Amino acid sequence: MEKSSLLEMRGICKYFPNVRALEQVDFTLREGEIHALMGENGAGKSTLIKVLTGVYPKDGGEIRLSGKHVSIRSPQDAQNAGISTVYQEITLCPNLTVAENMFIGRTKGQLTNWKKINTHAGELLDSLGIPALPQQQLGSCSIAVQQMVAIARAVDMECKVLILDEPTSSLDEQEVEKLFKLMLSLKKKGVGIIFVTHFLEQVYEVCDRITVLRDGQLVGEYIIEDLPRVKLVSKMLGKELDDMADIKSDADTAKIDYSSTPVYEAQKLAGTTGIKPFDFAIRKGEVNGFTGLLGSGRSECVRAIYGADKVTGGIVKMDGKQINITKPLDAMKHGIFYLAEDRKRDGIVGDLSVRENIILALQVLKGFFRPISRAQAEAFADEYIKLLKIKTASSDTPIKSLSGGNQQKVILARWLLANPIYLILDEPTRGIDIGTKIEIQKLVLKLAAEGKSVTFISSEIDEMLRTCSRLIVMRDGRVVGELSGEDLTQNKIMATIAGGES
Amino acid sequence: MATSQNLLQPKQTTGGIVTKIFSKQIVIPLIALMALVLFNLIADPSFFHITLKETNDGYNVLAGNIISVIDYGSELAILAIGMTLVTSSSGGQDISVGATIAIAGSVVMRVLCGENSAPTELQSSIIVAFIVAVIVSMLFGAFNGVLVAYFKIQPMVATLIMFTAGRSIAGWINENKIMNISPECSREFAYFGNNIPGIPVPTPVFIAAACMIIIALVLKFTNLRLYSQSVGINPNSSKLNGINPQTVKLITYVILGVCVAVAGFIKVSRLSTINYSTIGKDIEMDVILAVALGGNPLGGGKFNITASIIGAYVIQMLTTTLTKYDVKSTEIPAYKAIVVIILVVVSAPVVRQKMTQLKKKLTASKVGKEVS
Repeated sequence: MEKSSLLEMRGICKYFPNVRALEQVDFTLREGEIHALMGENGAGKSTLIKVLTGVYPKDGGEIRLSGKHVSIRSPQDAQNAGISTVYQEITLCPNLTVAENMFIGRTKGQLTNWKKINTHAGELLDSLGIPALPQQQLGSCSIAVQQMVAIARAVDMECKVLILDEPTSSLDEQEVEKLFKLMLSLKKKGVGIIFVTHFLEQVYEVCDRITVLRDGQLVGEYIIEDLPRVKLVSKMLGKELDDMADIKSDADTAKIDYSSTPVYEAQKLAGTTGIKPFDFAIRKGEVNGFTGLLGSGRSECVRAIYGADKVTGGIVKMDGKQINITKPLDAMKHGIFYLAEDRKRDGIVGDLSVRENIILALQVLKGFFRPISRAQAEAFADEYIKLLKIKTASSDTPIKSLSGGNQQKVILARWLLANPIYLILDEPTRGIDIGTKIEIQKLVLKLAAEGKSVTFISSEIDEMLRTCSRLIVMRDGRVVGELSGEDLTQNKIMATIAGGES
Repeated sequence: MATSQNLLQPKQTTGGIVTKIFSKQIVIPLIALMALVLFNLIADPSFFHITLKETNDGYNVLAGNIISVIDYGSELAILAIGMTLVTSSSGGQDISVGATIAIAGSVVMRVLCGENSAPTELQSSIIVAFIVAVIVSMLFGAFNGVLVAYFKIQPMVATLIMFTAGRSIAGWINENKIMNISPECSREFAYFGNNIPGIPVPTPVFIAAACMIIIALVLKFTNLRLYSQSVGINPNSSKLNGINPQTVKLITYVILGVCVAVAGFIKVSRLSTINYSTIGKDIEMDVILAVALGGNPLGGGKFNITASIIGAYVIQMLTTTLTKYDVKSTEIPAYKAIVVIILVVVSAPVVRQKMTQLKKKLTASKVGKEVS
């Protein structure tokens, strides 16, 4: 045998009303191993993690830690057993300071020496290279930094098993690298790490083994060398993957006429969110994108276009006619829609049903005094649930009980139903499974072929290259370049982002 | 796929129906109502006796405990409508309704009586007085709404201002005089809080019914429900969907203002006089309790007005029951506190979780027995 197994989960079952979330799933984690847990959305990854950390009680099966049977009934139990977790969504308290967040719930005595804690937190943050001050309010940090604080908190606890549930989905490349360095050093210390992610590249960069789940069932456990990417993807999907490179060629037939009047045009558009005034235009049937590192201002740019943040200056034209957009409703009335980056915060209306979430935008456009009838709403919802293959028990299900990818599809359905002229998609593929990612990319190209204009933003340059015919590159709140045609290569984009040119 | 469906089917048929019924929000106030009815049936069935009583004017009116529940529950039910909307959109409650009822009542008296505290004839028509009271109440509602929506002050804190100042303002409107409209001055004024001659059912019942019909129509023919719920659940995404969260919150506070005006009008009509320090006293607590009893999340979002209205009548029934058994009016709040405790404990997530676990165990053992 090789290294001794640290954590064994055998025959884990978990049922929710109407959903079989886990069925007889086995999982083994060895000492000093980085183990990727892969699967599409709704495959049961998050549920397995939640069973392991005591968030959900399991309906069957057994968990052993270092060979001993353990019963984990609460997150506290898990923590005491040496299992620490960093979740996909940030679960810290934004209104507390960074240091308070790192130590909350694990100070031993009744009296707490905040001075000592702050110093300790400061040292830890420094050693991990996290750009935050211990006494800073967590809410004032960027999402990426908040995520890293959550990791710092988990790392600082005496943990044998560290679970990272989509930790990289909101980090940029350098931050991911830092995180990987940290993971490798923890690995040397003998910590077992469970790594849940949708980024295939990252799996192959750091992981030793892969366990694949599908539809709540175990597909298999593999050593990384034995499982090339294509095979992994087909295992996750349960079918052979369409050739991803093909996506573009079959839809790129619509040639864009760059001499025509742009559908949307902005000149010296300026906002209050720290971006420099920028020019921007998009034509009928065009897909373009904003790229740049996290915090470079790409989201701020599209938010300015949509009127989501305060606009302070600039001229905006649609089809050559000057218009005025000061609030989202103005943009919506002109057929400009915006799918926000942070799905949970800015996208879904959690307690409302899938149906209400789908009709929301159209309803607002129709006006306060013209409600869509129940029957009509149901027809719309059913149509888009079918069209986008949204997995939901019914159109009456609250959207918050859907998986991330399906939530995103509902939001997409909302905007499609309202019939966009110009659709802005800000990170529509973040934190969702690869199958849905491809579906969304295909959808974008299909929309363009139908003559709609789309701005597509993604942290994954691959996706942008596949979908966009023009890329606007941003750095530090400034547009620093525009790439199209043959310039659309990974290297060229990197160089422009880094500022090697001109 | 087929296997998973087979696996789930037994759950849907046995536990499914029960769970479905119990997951309906309206069940909570209905259970409370049935408990009270049952208690009264066992303790003293005469609670439900309805008699025809002759008034001094020689007309027959309905009388009995149940009638007084429906009669005096009117103000609560009307206010519960507005409070439910406010709760949904702003995730908080307006604690100033008692004080603003005093203002609305005072305005009605001021318009009807003018400077004279015991006029011999009305200074203006009753409908004008009512409309002025509605406008003034809407302004005070807007004041609360602006504080909550635009200044982003927590609703309880924002409405604490009117809670504190309202009764002083009410007194100031009439220079603290005890206003009195005698039957000699106007017979009609008392109709709205009592009975219209020849109609045995108290008028407030009709007014409450009218309010319910109006709100039902508003909810049917506008998007108030969708907007208010969206704003209460997620103001950020509501904004990105073109809804203005501030306006929606403001509107709900203004609607509550209208409800306050109607309730205040009924209250002054009942007695044909006004006592600034006691009119509508502590009614805000009963109204909030009605909303809570209706199973509406007090943190905002989804709401069910019917459930709130039933909740209002349950609260009134509790009050009437306690009064019937000679509980002093100063002691009634203590009994209501018991209801609050039960309500809060039962709806606490911890208890709910335990209940579902228990239910699961029960159904599991049942299935087990069937198999063996």
